[in-house]
Amino acid sequence: MTTETALPAVRLSSVRLDRGGRAVLEGVDLSVPVGSVTAVLGPSGSGKSTLLSALTGELVPAAGTVEVFGQSVPRTPRALLEMRKRLGVLLQGNGLLTDLTAGENVALPLRTHTVLPEPLLQRLVAMKLHAVGLRGAEGLYPRELSGGMARRVALARALALDPPLMIYDEPLTGLDPIASGVIMSLIARLNASLGLTSIIVTHHVHETLPVCDHAVVIADGRIVFDGTPAALVASTDPFVRQFLDGAPDGPIPFDTAVRARAA
Amino acid sequence: MNAFAAIIRSIGQSGLFAIAVLRASMPTRDFLAELVREIYKIGARSLPIILVGGAFVGLSVTLLGYRALDTYGASNQVSAMLGLGLYRELAPVLTALLFIGRAGSSIAAELGLMRATDQITALALMAIDPIAKVVAPRFWAAVIAVPLLVAFFCAAAITAGWFESVHVIGLDAGTFWQVLKDAVDVRHDFLPAFVKALVFGATAALVAANVGFHAEPTIEGTSVATTRAVVNASLLVLMFNFVLSALMFR
Repeated sequence: MTTETALPAVRLSSVRLDRGGRAVLEGVDLSVPVGSVTAVLGPSGSGKSTLLSALTGELVPAAGTVEVFGQSVPRTPRALLEMRKRLGVLLQGNGLLTDLTAGENVALPLRTHTVLPEPLLQRLVAMKLHAVGLRGAEGLYPRELSGGMARRVALARALALDPPLMIYDEPLTGLDPIASGVIMSLIARLNASLGLTSIIVTHHVHETLPVCDHAVVIADGRIVFDGTPAALVASTDPFVRQFLDGAPDGPIPFDTAVRARAA
Repeated sequence: MNAFAAIIRSIGQSGLFAIAVLRASMPTRDFLAELVREIYKIGARSLPIILVGGAFVGLSVTLLGYRALDTYGASNQVSAMLGLGLYRELAPVLTALLFIGRAGSSIAAELGLMRATDQITALALMAIDPIAKVVAPRFWAAVIAVPLLVAFFCAAAITAGWFESVHVIGLDAGTFWQVLKDAVDVRHDFLPAFVKALVFGATAALVAANVGFHAEPTIEGTSVATTRAVVNASLLVLMFNFVLSALMFR
């Protein structure tokens, strides 16, 4: 267990994030404890992916500070590359290099950032693929993989350098219920067994809540809920309720034009 | 004024991209492996169209030259016209244009699709510089491949010109080669062709890679980038050809 005084894995203080000159998120204060699985929930277009961009250093906050393991997210390209070595990111579109096999994709970060001998490197690749249940898939190209398998190869690649922090961007998009279940249980199992900290950015509430121990809901350009999954389910906040219940009417407008005017 | 500002911004952005590519070019083992693969993909696989294109250009220039020169009774000078025309102007420009159509478009399409399918973002998030990984090897492969392709273009064109002159028109083979040898000079003709080939290879690869790398991350963005790569690179090659010719052939 982490103590109250332990440094959080990720801390955002009074952060404002702009896209195209318009504030997408404002006054964001967030602390992600080390070792936790945190779900960042919210409707499509609420700014979840924008928040993720701030964590990975792709987007510089217009105001406030973003810290990862106690250090501000750097702005110079070289320092940013160094920070990203400690970050595993599973992208919505997987981002597997199509001219490389699954094994070569997993080996890519290892080849670039380590000087391991080839036999050891191959053994590590096999271990990473085994960890996501894809032993023997080294020689397959991304085009030969199903959606769920490709997501797991991307997961193995994100885990290749044993990063202490994993960020999952919409890990269930495009997956059937069985593949979704496999991915969610993998995320929980890997977090526990490897001692990681995980942030899951998603709108799949019902699949995510059972595996997370901290939930954050983004709506209306701000954080409208920050607490445990149990407290989230019991919340009476109108934004949270509309999102959880999938109600068409409520404070979150369905029409994007209304959203833009509200912002 | 807005259009002018956009052009200046675009030139500045291209310059910064070129600097980023040069700075990212480190001869690591991975880079050299990628370089060899790219030389094969964009150089060796362009060879058939370069050879066929070169042969037909050789045939056309020989025929044109023979008809014009024969009027003045100077048909034995046809190889001089073929050689000078090829090395000074035709071979570098036409090779570059064929290369842009064959390899430049594929560089832009590949990078555009990598952008659209999150591959470039994924590389950056794995702390791998995408310019070093995917752009630099393609750039240097083009710089190496285009001069070699120009050589093959010239060889095919001169061989075709020799065949037409000697075996179709009936000129003397010895005269054909001797006139060619006397007319074409290493310093004044070979070297400019080589310099032009280097510049055109670098231009073609940089333009194609720049528009592909910065394409809108959609299928439409990829198609726009491919078209833009071919149009922009072709126009730039023609412009640079004039500038280089004006500087080198006084």
